[in-house]
Amino acid sequence: MVVTRVVVLGAGVAGHTAASFLKKWLGSKVEVTVVSPKPDYNWIPSNIWVGVGLLQPSQVLFPLAPVYARNGIAFQQGKAVAIHPEGEGENGQPFVVVESTLGGEGGKLSRLPYDFMINATGPKLAFEATPGLGPGGNSLSVCTADHAFDTARVFDDLVQRMKRGERKRFLVGTGHGLCTCQGAAFEYIVNLEFELRARGVRDKAEIVYLSNEYELGDFGMDGIHIRRGGYITPSKIFTESLFAERGLDWITRAHVTGVEPGKAVYESLDGSEGEIAFDMAMLLPPFRGVGLKAFDRAGGEITERLFAASGFMKVDADYTAKPYESWRAADWPRTYQSSAYRNLFAAGIAFAPPHPVSKPRQTPKGTPITPAPPRTGMPSAMIGKTVAQNIVDMIGGSAEPTHTASMAEMGAACVASAGANPFTGTAASITVFPIVPDFETYPDYGRDIRHTFGEIGLAGHWIKIILHHLFLHKARMRPFWSLIPE
Amino acid sequence: MTGPKVYSPVEKAQLRSAYYATRPTGFTRYLRTSLPWQVIRFVLLNLKMIRIIGMSHRGKR
Repeated sequence: MVVTRVVVLGAGVAGHTAASFLKKWLGSKVEVTVVSPKPDYNWIPSNIWVGVGLLQPSQVLFPLAPVYARNGIAFQQGKAVAIHPEGEGENGQPFVVVESTLGGEGGKLSRLPYDFMINATGPKLAFEATPGLGPGGNSLSVCTADHAFDTARVFDDLVQRMKRGERKRFLVGTGHGLCTCQGAAFEYIVNLEFELRARGVRDKAEIVYLSNEYELGDFGMDGIHIRRGGYITPSKIFTESLFAERGLDWITRAHVTGVEPGKAVYESLDGSEGEIAFDMAMLLPPFRGVGLKAFDRAGGEITERLFAASGFMKVDADYTAKPYESWRAADWPRTYQSSAYRNLFAAGIAFAPPHPVSKPRQTPKGTPITPAPPRTGMPSAMIGKTVAQNIVDMIGGSAEPTHTASMAEMGAACVASAGANPFTGTAASITVFPIVPDFETYPDYGRDIRHTFGEIGLAGHWIKIILHHLFLHKARMRPFWSLIPE
Repeated sequence: MTGPKVYSPVEKAQLRSAYYATRPTGFTRYLRTSLPWQVIRFVLLNLKMIRIIGMSHRGKR
């Protein structure tokens, strides 16, 4: 029996989903190896609750090695540094170079041959894009469980000082004009406000949201329209209402140019410059590709053939540069197969989007302030599963990928926590269809208003709790895991 | 010498961007955490989400 070797780079939502379904569907016909720089799986959506001290990191992390060992998947702890999709010299066997991240191995390099490879490396958290941004600088983050835990400790310390009568200002948002994941910043600020109320110090806090969104509720999706209360209403209205009700102030259309100790400096879309002092700042970084290099058989660098300037992998999207007015749903990738090599795929954040979803804008000085498109959570998992299906088909003899998962053809269900308590907590439950607006099919709003929906309430929080446990159960590949939808 | 600007009540109200935002009424806020109403919403929200998830998995509109 011929065993096909599939290497999956990354063990986040997309990579882990792809690896687990490939093994389930093909069993001993496939040798799946997952490469991840960290030993643990992180259910990232719940990092928000770690960041306000409601969960411990151990409740959002679990070790990958035992799960993979139990399910016949090989695991290599390391980070991929180079792809050789044509092999090297006389040997035409494609391989990837992996640098070990195991303690004691001192960055040892090894070669991992493959027949198919899935790049699901997720983002590089590009804190360096803004001077002083990030845990190594003057602000905090909830992007990893460790970051979130450190953020919770600072938060806790400030709460103690507020209990002694001190007033504090919290700044939450995006730390660069090209950030994505505004949903995470939104969740963090409303959870922070909820916790300050729960701990009896809300009156001592000023809380400010600082964002690269043109309007609140953009979320990198150009906002959404929801039918509610007898109107079709833009998400800006709902988000502003939620913030106003909670006494949160906001600054939008901002590109943070630097974070100094206790002060963030920003440039606004109108060209003005501003600064805001803080006692604690949780500002998200922009994302980039992880910096993989690629080489041809002769050793020549072909990184630009495989990757966009952002470092994300080019797939079957239309990357022709065109103005916002000419963007189409058909620009978005459907199979996630590399445009250069048919046995290479990218899934989740690792694929290069053809362009943003939100309208691109820039300051008079030319600084772009445009949210990058979100591709986390449900779409990530859907793409990972679709890539796995395509590889199964191609191993079975299909010449080309047969399954599609375009973000312009799929919907998403999202539950954004707005306060964690089984009786007084709330969450915003949102469905959109499709994720990327399709103005040719839905001329009014780009989306199907019958299936684009949102409301806030306690029921959403209950769903959020259930999803936390359900998706961790699925990721641990426990009984009936594959029945749980993405 | 001029001191700090003294704001009139209308200026104070309009200083915050929240002045221009839609605000929920007390009844709307009550419904958000009303147990009987939220049990009903829980069922309906799950049905809505299952529908979207099903549509996306089938790739159908």
